[in-house]
Amino acid sequence: MDKDLHLAHHISRRFNAELEELRSDVLAMGGLVEKQLADGLIALTTSDTEIAEQVATSDYKVNSMEVAIDEKCNQILARRQPAASDLRLVVTIIKTITDLERIGDEAEKLGQLAVQITDANVSYSQFVEIRHLGDHVKSMLHDCLDAFARMDVADAMRTIEADKKINEEFESIMRQLITRMMEDPREIKNALRVSWCARALERIGDHSSNICEYIVYLVEGKNIRHISDVKLSQEMA
Amino acid sequence: MVETDINMRTELMESTQVQSVDRSDTKVADMKQQVNATIGEPFAKDPKMQARQVNVYYGNKQAIFNVSLDLGKNEVVALIGPSGCGKSTFLRCMNRMNDTIPICRVEGNISLDSEDIYADAMDPVLLRARVGMVFQKPNPFPKSIYDNVAYGARLHGLAFNKAELDEIVITSLQKAGLFDEVKDRLHEPGTGLSGGQQQRLCIARTIAVSPEVILMDEPASALDPIATAIIEELIDELRQNYTIAIVTHSMQQAARVSQRTAYFHLGKLVEIGETNQIFTNPKHELTENYITGRFG
Repeated sequence: MDKDLHLAHHISRRFNAELEELRSDVLAMGGLVEKQLADGLIALTTSDTEIAEQVATSDYKVNSMEVAIDEKCNQILARRQPAASDLRLVVTIIKTITDLERIGDEAEKLGQLAVQITDANVSYSQFVEIRHLGDHVKSMLHDCLDAFARMDVADAMRTIEADKKINEEFESIMRQLITRMMEDPREIKNALRVSWCARALERIGDHSSNICEYIVYLVEGKNIRHISDVKLSQEMA
Repeated sequence: MVETDINMRTELMESTQVQSVDRSDTKVADMKQQVNATIGEPFAKDPKMQARQVNVYYGNKQAIFNVSLDLGKNEVVALIGPSGCGKSTFLRCMNRMNDTIPICRVEGNISLDSEDIYADAMDPVLLRARVGMVFQKPNPFPKSIYDNVAYGARLHGLAFNKAELDEIVITSLQKAGLFDEVKDRLHEPGTGLSGGQQQRLCIARTIAVSPEVILMDEPASALDPIATAIIEELIDELRQNYTIAIVTHSMQQAARVSQRTAYFHLGKLVEIGETNQIFTNPKHELTENYITGRFG
């Protein structure tokens, strides 16, 4: 850990409790989103429509958590006027939960697509690559949430780096799907569905990467978004 | 599996906390030794007042340790820090208000436009006309509103006739944002105004002698939020023509009105920087602890 945040060191113990609660809430929301993603992938690769339906209909839980955390952040901003690392924590959380909610939406999409794909009787063999990509995205989200819990910049940076591999895998799946569509136009509809799944997973990687960027901002106070790799290595040196 | 993940992360969080408690003890000890060096850039590009290696003693007790700081032209510098950290003492050195305290001794160099203000040739009365001061409690003279503002101008012979004096009083009251409220009762006692109005009257009185620098020692701490907002707005307008240093206990006020913020701790200037940086990403742990309300 590069810099301690000392969340529990405020003179106001109630403020300590509020910030701790906020942080646990985000981790609980992260856990829920992780579960949604895991279930979405199971539904997709095992053709289990029951789990698929469950994923597709459980997104409201993630949404309501986002609203609740957002409200708590607003209250802290209004009542405590946080500064410095406290301010960065609250801002980071407001942004993080937006990305978590979007990850939830993508997981919901996986559930919906799983239902359609199962109904269309698409063969399991098409999902080997998707499963591979899914595993990577799942572990990326996992690492991202761990980095958040630890406030660990090094872990966050590694996770951001991992997103590049996910993008490459996504590109490769897209190339395969295009080939398949050209070989057999009757497959286009299903190939498109599979591509949407891949797209959803790739987006989850991007959102996880965003969250990691917020973690760097939270701990270091540096904004590393939208900058080139060269500049990034200078910033983090 | 996910449940365990959450539990695991909560444990992670807790272990992080415990770790940080352990580390903080050693860190604070380190920090206390490091305070000798100010973090940040204490010098301004276009300085109006320059303080160099200032040490202040009250008898045997040292109140300020080796502080160097510039006040730049047309900027508001906020001095913040816990009670007894020396910020008011430092502010009072800038116009030799400490001369009135017999046991107070000031070492080092403070200059106004490169002119040493502690030089024998410097008349403290003239200095205080150039470097005005506004205090925490509004302290109008027991005179009329008009005479309060005209007092300094008369003392320094700034007006040669009644019309010129009227002009000075009216423009000063206008600049202090008070004229419209008092224009029909200029000859009523200044002490009859509300707290916020009295404070603006004191600011008008300070402006009336055309100072170059205005020092403010918690100018809004006795005022309600509306009067405070008016004073803060006024500070922002005054910045166009004056250099301002303000001591305040309100973090939000420092954040709102100043361009640079200096954090004092136990008589030392710990950190100075752009106000945006100090309030979002302070470099020194003591600054961070103070502005976020943590144990120092």
